[in-house]
Formats: sequence, structure tokens, C-alpha cells
Amino acid sequence: MQVNDSRALVGTASAASAANKQEGAQSCPSGFAPAERVTLGALHFKEANEQVRQALDRVDDVALEDVRAQRYLGCALPAGKRLRIHGTPGNDLACFMDGGTVEVLGNAQDQVGNTMNAGEVIVHGRCGDAAGYAMRGGRVFIRDGCGWRAGIHMKAYDARQPVVVVGKDAGSFLGEYMAGGVFVVLGETGDYLARGMHGGVIYLKNPPRAGALSDEVVLSRVDDADLAVLAPLLAEYDRLFASELGYRVSAEAPEFFRVTPASSRPYASMYVR
Amino acid sequence: MIDFALPRYQVRRDAEECVGCGICVRECANGVHVARSGGTAPKADHQKCVNCLRCVLTCPTRALTITRWPQVDGGSAVWTLEYLQDIATQATSGGVLLSSMGNPLPYPVYWDHLLLNASQVTNPSIDPLREPMETRVFLGGRPVALEIDERARTLRSPLPPQVKLDVPIMFSAMSFGSVSLNTQRALAMAACELGTLFNVGEGGLHRDLERYADHAVVQVASGRFGVDPRYLNAGAMVEIKIGQGAKPGIGGHLPGEKITAEVSRTRMIPEGADAISPAPHHDIYSIEDLRQLVFSLKEATRYEKPVAVKIAAVHNAAAIASGMARAGAEVIVVDGFRGGTGAAPKRIRDNVGVPVELALAAIDQRLRDEGIRSTVSVVASGSIRSSADVVRAIALGADAVSCGSAPLIALGCHQCGDCARGRCNWGIATQRPELIERLDPDEGAERVVNLVRAWTHEIQEMMGGMGINAVDSLRGNRLMLRGVGLTDRELDILGVKHAGE
Repeated sequence: MQVNDSRALVGTASAASAANKQEGAQSCPSGFAPAERVTLGALHFKEANEQVRQALDRVDDVALEDVRAQRYLGCALPAGKRLRIHGTPGNDLACFMDGGTVEVLGNAQDQVGNTMNAGEVIVHGRCGDAAGYAMRGGRVFIRDGCGWRAGIHMKAYDARQPVVVVGKDAGSFLGEYMAGGVFVVLGETGDYLARGMHGGVIYLKNPPRAGALSDEVVLSRVDDADLAVLAPLLAEYDRLFASELGYRVSAEAPEFFRVTPASSRPYASMYVR
Repeated sequence: MIDFALPRYQVRRDAEECVGCGICVRECANGVHVARSGGTAPKADHQKCVNCLRCVLTCPTRALTITRWPQVDGGSAVWTLEYLQDIATQATSGGVLLSSMGNPLPYPVYWDHLLLNASQVTNPSIDPLREPMETRVFLGGRPVALEIDERARTLRSPLPPQVKLDVPIMFSAMSFGSVSLNTQRALAMAACELGTLFNVGEGGLHRDLERYADHAVVQVASGRFGVDPRYLNAGAMVEIKIGQGAKPGIGGHLPGEKITAEVSRTRMIPEGADAISPAPHHDIYSIEDLRQLVFSLKEATRYEKPVAVKIAAVHNAAAIASGMARAGAEVIVVDGFRGGTGAAPKRIRDNVGVPVELALAAIDQRLRDEGIRSTVSVVASGSIRSSADVVRAIALGADAVSCGSAPLIALGCHQCGDCARGRCNWGIATQRPELIERLDPDEGAERVVNLVRAWTHEIQEMMGGMGINAVDSLRGNRLMLRGVGLTDRELDILGVKHAGE
């Protein structure tokens, strides 16, 4: 969980990072200039979130120090507001987030981006179960792996196409009831992949485990249309994490597999009157 | 292969009365009435009739009546015609039987076994026409004790957010998609007029209804359709739906053909694709997880809205309700198995769950025994048919009730139970424009307001008769109830004495 903060510098203009270092800041996402720091320590989540909200009322960029599993950080965070989290945020990070940016220098817990509407979450580590639950928009980049039931009931609407990229292994039940959006897994996936999937697309670097897919979905190799979606996401993953991982993934895009639903109406003939 | 399916109803046309005007042909979206050439009376396709009464009530000469299909079964109380027909349907299709509305089977209706009290000699009854009679209630969480600055006459302890209801009757959750926008609009307008709340269900808040949002309960269910910060903060109260009485334990499927452009926009999902609500919330596997979701909603609304949690009345509802209260739910909503729905698998509807009366009484008692009843509000729903049922529910321990079927009946629903097909001839459970326009929201709102005002008068009269002048004094006042025809065990669970005692 202790992450060297210099790793978060990927993609940052060196001048900006130098300026941050001068003011004693650790490295940060592009252009991030924390005008305020809030130390959470052992604060209860209610008090912690209140302090974070007050800080965000005053400035746009807030750094959170010594975060110890406080829930709901970044809840409903609007566009233009950014949080950088040192430590381990608790469950429901960026829930209902509405355009803000959250970067975690460490691991995240369950339900990252729960019912997220817009914005971006970057985790320099792994995350727990149900990441991206019912997410409708925005992007989540997880450097390492994720737990079970990631991407459950992700949905897309109009221009809102949620994206989750997981850099290492993902647990079972990935993409359950997935109704829209894009989920990318760079490691292995578990059993019961994409059960009940009726929209969206899952891109896998490695083929699914034997027997993991049901006939509700179709497995294919990516084509040019897929690459137009996938390649920029892998390039962004590299931009964010390549320096701390020591490798890049974007060149491998053409080797990926695609999982799509066989039908947008999987249960259309299940019922009878 | 011979088709085993028999019609359920027979359409009878009085040849002397029928003038061949063809109104029945135009009014029936099910295509029951087929015009014949030469100005003769239309012919009926009995198989298609669902007994919604649209043709009967629009026929200018009252020439139509609907009867049950006269075919008898073999006389067995076991292998009834209905079971034979269900088996034939499933043998043909392999499908799960789909139905609508609540449990229709003749399980005990405990409302009908509970009689109300009235004052005689030893205490005076109150005349509600002459004296003030308070029907207002507040829903929300409450601290265990209040600290009051008596000198300044102010409250020292912070009071959690409350919603005010001028009448103890709300409208149950019905999503845009399962019902038409005109239905929701009528209920929304009625709720504003009456000073109560309507509930948007799991279908998002249509932009035309945003003006009524301060009288809306916004629901968060497992599909999270239409849920974003704007939605959560628009309503008067946020409700987490765990389950509903007609289909405890399962999710919901709104079929793609009902996901029109407007429904799509409001739910924020693609047009024409099925909208699937999973059976569980996958972030709730325990009471502790429920607490997590409750507080995520509180954070998203800055602790300014009460958070309700709705469950279906099931076994152990009392223990579950205790957990819900401890999870931070400020309003506990319990929906009995007779509660209506737009679509439920028939076997679930008819066999899962318990009557709301028993669950409500058990929940109220359990919360009292644990000393936490005063910290939460309790709402009961699922077959509140009249003002007397409202009074009974409150006396059994509810702060307020939610009604779904009754206001729909006021709008024209005749409980045909064919909502899922989406061809509601009354413009309620449909998304077809030509059917929706049959329901005028202004007229509908007026009828719903009339209904609730009438019930409120009756509630005031019943309370006055008991010598009670406020709903607050009726709540949990089980001495005002007596049971008839109930076993000792039933009386014990309901917490009432037998009539005559």
C-alpha cells in the first residue's frame, strides 16, 4: 500500500511537478495543484467527508493525507474538483461521482465508482469487489487487480459510456448483468464471466477461463472498430502507470479478445402469460 | 396439436341494445371486438378478453357484459381449471408464468378480522366537523431523547430531517415505464394538492415531474436506473428498495418494448433493451452493507433527506426491521404480499411473502421491545383498500400507509391483472401514445384528490368516534382494535384482544 509518490507523476509536465516539489507537495496527476491538504487519520467518515467538502468549497484541488479507510470519499464530486488520496480510501470511493477526479496513491476498497455518473478515478494499486457497480459514465483506471463482481450492471446512455480498466487479475462474476460501457482486463479473469450481460463490451488480454462464459455472450478477436476504442484506453493506462510498472501494454491491443452479449434482450422469451 | 388454452372470460353482447356503433372495436387495444361489414354488431374474440371493463363502460347503450368462461373443471378441488390451464400454457411455451397485481388467493385478510372501537359514556367522542382533528404526520428519524433549552424555547439536540405529510396516506412506488407518464403526473399533482408524497419507483424522475419533486420519494433499487446526484437531491425523501410485496426476493425486468425514447431518457438506459434489476443489490449482503448504502445516500444528499428502506413482508420481518433501523434507515417501509405490481412471476406472487398486517404488528412490537420504535417511522403498504384499513394499519403501529392500487382504481384501473402486456386500455400500465392519452392527468389528479379527501374525512370520523383527535394518538393504539374469528396465536401476533373482551 505504501506507494512511492513519484510514481504518480506519469504524464505530468515536469515544470508543474517541480513547482509542486518546491512547495513540498508530492507528485500528482496532471496539473493537480492542491491548495489545501486535509489529514483524515482516525476521523469518522462523516466528519472526514464534511472536512473534505468544506475544503472543496474553498479550492478545486484537495490532497487527503493519512487516509484510513474512510468511506464515500469523492461522493457526488462535481466536475472541476479533484482529490488526491494518500493512504487507503474506504468503500464507495467516488460513489455517485459527477465529473470530478479522484487519484489514489495506494489501494482502494470495495465499490469504487458505485453508480458513478461522470469523472475519473485513478488507483495506483488494486481495488476490492464490485468496482464500477451500476456506473453510468466516466472512467476508472485500476493499476493492479480487482475483486469479484467488477462492472456489475454498468450501463451506458447516450454519450455516457463508462470505462473501467483493470491492470491485473479480476475476480469471478465480472460484468454480471452488464448493460453498457467498456470493461478492460489486462490480467486473468475468473468464473461466471459476463453472466446476464446484455449490453456493452468486455476486452480481455487473456482468453477467458474454460467454461467461464455462457451462451449469453459471444467471444471474438478484436477488430478495427474495437481497436479504435481499446487502443486509446491502453495508451492512457500506459501514460498513467507504465513508469511505475516498468512495462507498457498498448502495443498488445490487437491480441485482445472481445466479449459481447448475444442479445440485448436475454430474457425476452422467458415469460409467458 | 390442439391448443388447450381456454378463454378466461366470455363477452356477452345484448343484440337488442347494440347499435353497431363500433366504439368497443376502437376502445379495445386487445382486439377483442372485431367489426363486421354492413353495420351489424361486432363479433367478440373471447380468448383475448382480460376483463378490464373498458368496452363495458364505454358502450353507449350498455349492451356489453363480461362473464367468466362457463366451462367447468372436473369438480376436483385439487386439479382446478386454473391449474390445468397453467400446465397447458407452460407445456406449450416452457415459460415462467407472468402475472400482475398482488396475491389474489383467498389467504386470510386480517383487516377484515379487526374491528374498531368507539367511545360510549366513559369518554366522549369528538365531532370532527366541530373540533380540530390532526391528520398530519412527520416521517423521519428521531433522537432517543430531546434536549431542550427551556429558557430560549429552542431545541438543543439536532433533529434529523423530517418530511411532513398532511394526510397519513402516500402513493406507492410506480416507475415511469411500468406506468405511463400521465399516471405519474396525476399522482404527482394529487400528492402536491394533498400535501403528501408520490414515489417514482425505480424509473428515474421524468423532467416534466421535476416541478413536483418536493413531493416525490426517489427510489434507489438494484438497477440504479436514473440515479445520479441531481435525482437524489431532487426528492423529499430517498427510498432504498430491497423488495416489494408482490415479488419478494426477485428483481425486475422491464421488457425492451416498454423502453421508449422517454423511458430511456428518464432511466438513462438504451432504448429497446431490457431494463434488468438484479434480485439483490450487489453492494448489500448484510445489515452492515445496508448501513453502507444508507450512508452513501446521506452523504450524497448532505444529510438533508430522510432515507427510507422498503422490504417485502417476509418471515422474520421484525428482526430484519430491527436491523434496518440499526443500519440507519429512518423510515421502514413494509409491503405485504397483496401489494400490487406491474409484473411478477405468478408462482412468486401467489406463494411468497406474508400478509402485511402480521408483519406490521410484529415489526412495531419488536421495535418497541428493543426501545427503538420512537427513533424511526414505519410505513405499511400492500392492500390498503379503504379508510378503515388505514385506521387499522396505524393502530397496528404504522406512522402512515402507502397506497398503489386504490389511486390507480380511481384513475380507471379495474384490476384485470394484465399490466405486463403493456396494452392497458385505461392508459395506466402502457407506453402506447394512443392509450396514454385516454388518461387526462388533470381529471385523474382530481379523482385521486377526491378519494384521499373522502378517506381523510372518514379517518377523522373514526378517530373522533374513538375519542382521539390526532393520528399521533392512534399510532400503535391497539386497544382501539379487537379481533374476530382469529386464533389465540393470531391475536397474539397482532397484539389485540378478541372482540367481546
